[in-house]
Amino acid sequence: MFKKFSPGTDIAGQTILKSSVQRTIRNNLLAQWNIDQTTLETHIWPKKEALVLVKGREHLSIYTLHGEPLFFQHFDGPFIPTLKLLHKFPKVVPGVRVDRGAIRFLLAGANMMAPGFTSKGGWLPGPDAPLAVGTVVSIETEGNEHAAAVGILKMSTEEIKAAGKGVAVEIMCYLGDDLWNLAKI
Amino acid sequence: MAETSAAGAASNAEGIAPLNVLYCAVCSLPPEYCEFGSHFTKCKAWLEEAHPDLFERYYGEDALTKKAATLSLAAATALEADTAKKEKKAAAKEDAEEKRKMASRVTIKRIERNKKKFVTAVMGLEAFGIDLKKASKQFATKFATGASVSKNASGTDEIVVQGDVTDEIVEMLEGNVGVLKGVPADNIICVEDKKKKGGENSGA
Repeated sequence: MFKKFSPGTDIAGQTILKSSVQRTIRNNLLAQWNIDQTTLETHIWPKKEALVLVKGREHLSIYTLHGEPLFFQHFDGPFIPTLKLLHKFPKVVPGVRVDRGAIRFLLAGANMMAPGFTSKGGWLPGPDAPLAVGTVVSIETEGNEHAAAVGILKMSTEEIKAAGKGVAVEIMCYLGDDLWNLAKI
Repeated sequence: MAETSAAGAASNAEGIAPLNVLYCAVCSLPPEYCEFGSHFTKCKAWLEEAHPDLFERYYGEDALTKKAATLSLAAATALEADTAKKEKKAAAKEDAEEKRKMASRVTIKRIERNKKKFVTAVMGLEAFGIDLKKASKQFATKFATGASVSKNASGTDEIVVQGDVTDEIVEMLEGNVGVLKGVPADNIICVEDKKKKGGENSGA
């Protein structure tokens, strides 16, 4: 999604959000992400500060605080944290892991295929805690500590294990893409 | 489920403290991903100098054998070839960028508005990585006149300063004042634009 993104051409405008909208977003974040209210308010998004909505093309909304992108959304889908935020708080979304061979393609922006998760180096949550289709996941990689990408599950984790092929995760943003390189909007 | 004991332990009245992640100064990725980037050799040199302990952890003997075990030989060679190619490409790109920078010019144009009044248009500053908005603000405060960023007829951005301040701007560019950094004196061109066509070119 951010393979090619330049602030000059792909941003349609910036607005400060109404406080009622901000309240809704705050509640949605607390519901969607694995994060408690104090953490959100002390470290990510203080209560008094106003979020700025940066509108992009194709119904892409990026939410920024002091110019720094915090999370984004496509249409009215789930809120997706940026990688910088995810590195600070790795637990906000559930993680899956791909093997080493897939990293090369991951960092070129490719969608992740099922074998990358089912092979020896990969990891998926067990059958007692499966993830459903459409869950926002952080993509961790074999042997590395930090997440390399954020994506949305195209199959449930159980389906990935059963099928063993096909696109498993649609990558939304990854290390080194244009959103990553964009420190401030 | 993901609320593991590690996260729980760090939690207190302040909430969960953010992790402080180190990023590579060369390619901006976390250092463990440098090898997949396009500046691997430079990144490695940087890490060795700045964080020798981490260098040992990522590129020491143990780490390398461990890494080798996780990839098949074919995949490893493919990765290596890919990295070399990427590095070459990035180097070429940087080279071209540098050349382009050296070849591009900053044009300072004096435009006559009516007999005694002039505006000065400065074009091509953005090629040297200068923020036009900041530069225009600097001109405005320095000359105490209006200065704005606007699109000219050919669609590129330029700074328009009110008044004839050509010489002062040349001086500022040469003196690297404020944000106006990195423009070689040879690349500055002054042009005069009278109502009637035909201008006089002079190098600065």
